[in-house]
Amino acid sequence: MSAPTTSTGISDEVRELANQEYQYGFVTDLETDVAPRGLNEDIIRLISSKKNEPDWLLEWRLRAYRHWTTLTAPTWQHVTYGPVDYQDIIYYAAPKPKKRVESMDEVDPELREMFDKLGISLGEQERLSGVAVDAIVDSVSVATTFKDKLAEVGVIFCSFSEAVQEHPDLVRQYLGSVVPYNDNFFACLNAAVFTDGSFCYIPKGVRCPMELSTYFRINAADTGQFERTLIIAEEGAYVSYLEGCTAPVRDTNQLHAAVVELVALNDAQIKYSTVQNWYPGDADGNGGVYNFVTKRGMASGRNAKISWTQVETGSSITWKYPGVVLKGDNSVGEFYSVALTARRQQADTGSKMVHIGKNTKSTIISKAISAGHGQNTYRGLVDMRHSAVGARNFTQCDSLLIGKDSGAHTLPYIEVKNQTGQVEHEASTSKIGEEQLLYCRQRGIPEEEAVSMIVNGFCREVFKMLPMEFAVEAQKLLTVSLEGSVG
Amino acid sequence: MLKIEELHASIEDKEILRGVNLQLKPGEVHAIMGPNGSGKSTLASVLIGREGYLVSGSVTYEGQDLLTLSPEERAAAGVFLAFQHPVEIPGVGNMYFMRTALNSLRRQRGEEELDPVDFLALAQEKMKLVEMDQTFMNRSVNEGFSGGEKKRNEILQMAILEPKLAILDETDSGLDIDALRVVASGVNALRSEGRSMLVITHHQRLLDYIVPDQVHVMTAGRIVRSGGKDLAVELEAHGYTGTQEADAGRLSTAGISR
Repeated sequence: MSAPTTSTGISDEVRELANQEYQYGFVTDLETDVAPRGLNEDIIRLISSKKNEPDWLLEWRLRAYRHWTTLTAPTWQHVTYGPVDYQDIIYYAAPKPKKRVESMDEVDPELREMFDKLGISLGEQERLSGVAVDAIVDSVSVATTFKDKLAEVGVIFCSFSEAVQEHPDLVRQYLGSVVPYNDNFFACLNAAVFTDGSFCYIPKGVRCPMELSTYFRINAADTGQFERTLIIAEEGAYVSYLEGCTAPVRDTNQLHAAVVELVALNDAQIKYSTVQNWYPGDADGNGGVYNFVTKRGMASGRNAKISWTQVETGSSITWKYPGVVLKGDNSVGEFYSVALTARRQQADTGSKMVHIGKNTKSTIISKAISAGHGQNTYRGLVDMRHSAVGARNFTQCDSLLIGKDSGAHTLPYIEVKNQTGQVEHEASTSKIGEEQLLYCRQRGIPEEEAVSMIVNGFCREVFKMLPMEFAVEAQKLLTVSLEGSVG
Repeated sequence: MLKIEELHASIEDKEILRGVNLQLKPGEVHAIMGPNGSGKSTLASVLIGREGYLVSGSVTYEGQDLLTLSPEERAAAGVFLAFQHPVEIPGVGNMYFMRTALNSLRRQRGEEELDPVDFLALAQEKMKLVEMDQTFMNRSVNEGFSGGEKKRNEILQMAILEPKLAILDETDSGLDIDALRVVASGVNALRSEGRSMLVITHHQRLLDYIVPDQVHVMTAGRIVRSGGKDLAVELEAHGYTGTQEADAGRLSTAGISR
């Protein structure tokens, strides 16, 4: 006799996507030097003195803090979450390295083990891939590699704290020049309490000889993360920067409010790639990282070019709009993004392109994938000012829905104050075709593999913008994130 | 090879297949003809395991109950459908897709997978059958393909995957005479003793090229008449309606081909 087949479709199996265990869920036991919970001027003074900062920086922090106390958290974004108690956060935690690290061999074995679990062995990275890794655990850099080789060509790549000590003039000149301390609620909080991050300076005419990479990691319990990254490419310089992240399982939400500032002078080019895989929360949406990040590039010189490429599969809530201010004539801004939301993840993300200079050009390619109860909102701003004669923008936002409980939304904002400006906007939303799935399965490809194949195909335009090894990692990440979504 | 008995299928309370009986022996090619909405494509869908139908009756394929298998298991068992409307999969390379499919089948059968080099050699050999060139393989699956290219791509997949039971659903629809000739000669080259085919079509035209062993006429969810290849010619002359009336008295014997 026959087996009746019912018409529930793929959604039942898709629902299981949300139940997948977070692969990198573990906690490494490092000794931490922890500040008391809460935020006030004393805490900021503590952070600043712990880091032996100059007075001007403490003053800057305090100005930010005082301004922040006048602000309220934004509510316009298309995400919902409980109120954050900013007085219940620990704003400073430093792992204590046993002694000052001179080489990879001296890095805390426990820390190295943690990186091994992530498949990111620093030693391997150093030997095989030629990538310099500035490893950040919690808020303090504990290992920096390839410094000598970079120093030969005059590239500075170090932790933010170190830059404050050793290159205070550069930091002072550019800190807050792209994202001012009063830019928005979270950037303002970051300015007040940031503890560390990366600093990168490429001198005039230098093409950085290797891809620079930082692996961020949130580790200590209930520690807010407030990194600050500053990258400066002088005239004619080029740098490709990779940022990748994972985080251990936590019960309480972790706030992450980073700021990234990029400055590209005449003919300089900065390529900034991110693979983000923070803990997304469990099947019911508990735990998971709040990722409220301000990323902005200033293409201040003529012919300057800044590209953001991001693959985001983690965080319970993502709120970020990497953008470029196209100030220099003929400058170029690009944004390529893949954002996956599964389980009960929410993302409100997109890009901001502000055209000021003549003949400035921007491209936005956004691929959003929603599975489970995931909600994905694209929010983008294309702003062409009076001065931006001959400016052009092309925007393409594609959304892919998996299952019947997921959602995708597109909210483009376009402001053109110049008659010569050209703006193109294309958007599409498609449900992952049951027809596509059946086609693959009919050819013998199991359902889960088929979903992964279709999704990776959907994202190909973005993946091909990533550096090779990062693209492979991104594809794997997407596949892992979709595992258990079907079958 | 394939034995279909009293197969019923309905979707949202609407019964589309109303007791289909059909038997196919190894190496045989059977044609199923019939008007729009008679259930031909539904039969193909049910045989490959498309979800959404409430199915009863039995389908025995090489001694096993086909209806309990998932679509990919059916594929691994050798069931192949050349789709009427092959779907586009943007960003997924045609070559990569076919290699993944072949290797999935091989894996499920416990065979060793082919590496890209060996697969390329195999694909190039098979591409000659349907007069396709390498540029097809570098494009995304069916994306931007013309109607004729899509159908040729289906037959190419059939040639690469080497099924035991190939179902061709309206493979001739939308083809001009040259494309029809290419597709048909590809199909004919794949006829073999161990491979059975079920050719679903509206038109007798295709059967001039792919000559069937048996022709079945399907109307309103049942096979109402079966016969040799001449039946197709007769249908072309008199239409399905005439056939249906003429065959009203013969319904009880229809359906079982041999």
